[in-house]
Amino acid sequence: MIFHSLGKYILLLKAVFRKPEKWNIYRKEIIKEMSSIGVGSLGIIAIISVFLGMVTTVQTAFQLVSDLIPKSIIGSIVRDSTILELSPTISAIVLAGKVGSSVASQIGTMRVTEQIDALEIMGINSPGYLILPKIIAAVTMIPLLVIISIGLSIFGGYLAGSLSGAVTPQAYITGLTTDFIPFTVTVCMVKAVIFAFIITSVAAYQGFYTEGGALEVGVSSTRAVVVSCIAILFADYLVAQLLL
Amino acid sequence: MIEIKDIHKSFGDNNVLRGISARFNSGDNNLIIGGSGSGKTTLLKCMVGLHEPDKGSVLYDGRDFTRMNFEERIEIRKEIGMLFQSSALFDSMTVEENIMFPLNMFTDKKKKEKLERVNFCLERVNLKGTNKLFPSELSGGMKKRVGIARAISMQPRYLFVDEPNSGLDPKTAIVIDELINEITDEYNITTVVVTHDMNSVMGIGESIIFLHNGQKWWEGSNKEIAHTDNRELNDFVFASKFTQAAKEKL
Repeated sequence: MIFHSLGKYILLLKAVFRKPEKWNIYRKEIIKEMSSIGVGSLGIIAIISVFLGMVTTVQTAFQLVSDLIPKSIIGSIVRDSTILELSPTISAIVLAGKVGSSVASQIGTMRVTEQIDALEIMGINSPGYLILPKIIAAVTMIPLLVIISIGLSIFGGYLAGSLSGAVTPQAYITGLTTDFIPFTVTVCMVKAVIFAFIITSVAAYQGFYTEGGALEVGVSSTRAVVVSCIAILFADYLVAQLLL
Repeated sequence: MIEIKDIHKSFGDNNVLRGISARFNSGDNNLIIGGSGSGKTTLLKCMVGLHEPDKGSVLYDGRDFTRMNFEERIEIRKEIGMLFQSSALFDSMTVEENIMFPLNMFTDKKKKEKLERVNFCLERVNLKGTNKLFPSELSGGMKKRVGIARAISMQPRYLFVDEPNSGLDPKTAIVIDELINEITDEYNITTVVVTHDMNSVMGIGESIIFLHNGQKWWEGSNKEIAHTDNRELNDFVFASKFTQAAKEKL
C-alpha cells in the first residue's frame, strides 16, 4: 500500500514538473500563491516565534542551576536551538496545518466538483497548473518566513530574559555573539526548503486524489496534515544526520 | 464525427462497459441514454480521456485518441468543449475569467480580442453583462449557460454534455436543450449528450443510443423511440405516469 502511494506521488510530481503551457499564466499564479503562503502566514509565524524564544529562554535559565556556567550561555542556547531546530521545524509543522490543509482542501474540492476534469478536458496539465505554482511559492516564501521566525524568536528570548531577570540583556547578547557557527544557518535553510516542498507536495497529492464528496475533502485535508508532519520530522532527522 | 469501437471498462470486478461501438455524426445531437448505473457517464469519460478504456478505441475524425501520447491528446482536447453535470466553473474566477481561461492558455490573442470573444459567447447564451459575477452568485441554469459559453469559447469541433438538465426546473431545462441544439446546428459540431431526461430525448434526440447493463441495447432517433418493442427501452422511456399516459393517447 505504501509503495503504491509512493509510486502515485512520484508520478504526480513527474506531471507537476512537465513544461508549463504558458509561463506568464503560471507566473501570475506563483505571485498569488506567494502572497497567500508568505504574507498570509506571517502573523501566525510571528506569534509562535516570539513565544518559542521566550519559552526557550525561561526553561534554559531554569535548568542552569550551577553558578559555574555563565548566564550568557542562555543566549547561545536560544540562538542555536532556534536556528537549528525550533524555527524551521515548528514553523513547518504550523505551516503544515495552515498551508497544507488549505492546499489539500482547495485541490480536493476542485477534484470533487469536476473542476480538475474541466482543466484536463481543455488540454491543460492540471497537476502542473495547480501544484507547481504552490511548490515554487512555498520553497521561496517558507525559508523567508523561517528567517523572520529566527529573528523574532531571538528577540522573544531577549524580551523574556530581560523581563524575568533570568539573564541580563548584555549577557544575552554576549551569548548570542559567542561561538556562532554560520553553517547552522545553511542547515536551517536546507531544512526550510525541504519542509516547504513536503508541505505543498504532500498536501497537493492528498487533495488531487480525493474521491467522493465534502466528507472526503475533510479526510484528505486531515491526512495531508498528519502525513506532512510525520514526513517533516523524518526529513528533519535525515538532514541533521547528513549535514551535522 | 466520433467513432467508438468495442469499448470495455471495468472497475475492479465491476464490468461497467462491455463492448460498446457507436458512431456520432457531425451536426447531430447524439444522445447517450440509460438508467442510473448503465455506464453513460463512464462511456463519456472514456471518450474524452478522463478514463482509460481497458479495450477498444475512440476515433475523432479517424484520429485514434486512445493510442495518442499526452502531447498529441492536447491537440485533440483543444478541439473539445465539455459541459459538466455540476458545470465545473472555477470558483475563484469571475464569469469572464472562466470563459477567457482557455483563450489565455492556448491563444496569443490580444486582451481586447479575447474580451470580444467572451462577450460574444455570453451573448450567445443570453447572459450579457454577467462578466464580473462569480459562480457562487449564479443560479443553476446560469451556471450551465456559463459552462456552455466556456465550452464554445475555443470554437470546438466536438461538444460533450453530461446531464445538462440535472437540478434544473423543466422550463430552464428546455432553454438549455434548445441552446445545445442551436449551437450544434450553427457550428456543425459533433455533440454528444449524456442524459436520462425524457424531455431532452424527445426534444433534441436526433440520434440516440440506449445503454443497459454496460451494453448498447438500442439505437435510433426520437421519432422511433416511442414505437420500439425493446422491453428495457420501453421500461426506461415509459417509466413515469406522465409518459405512460402520453403513450396511451398515441
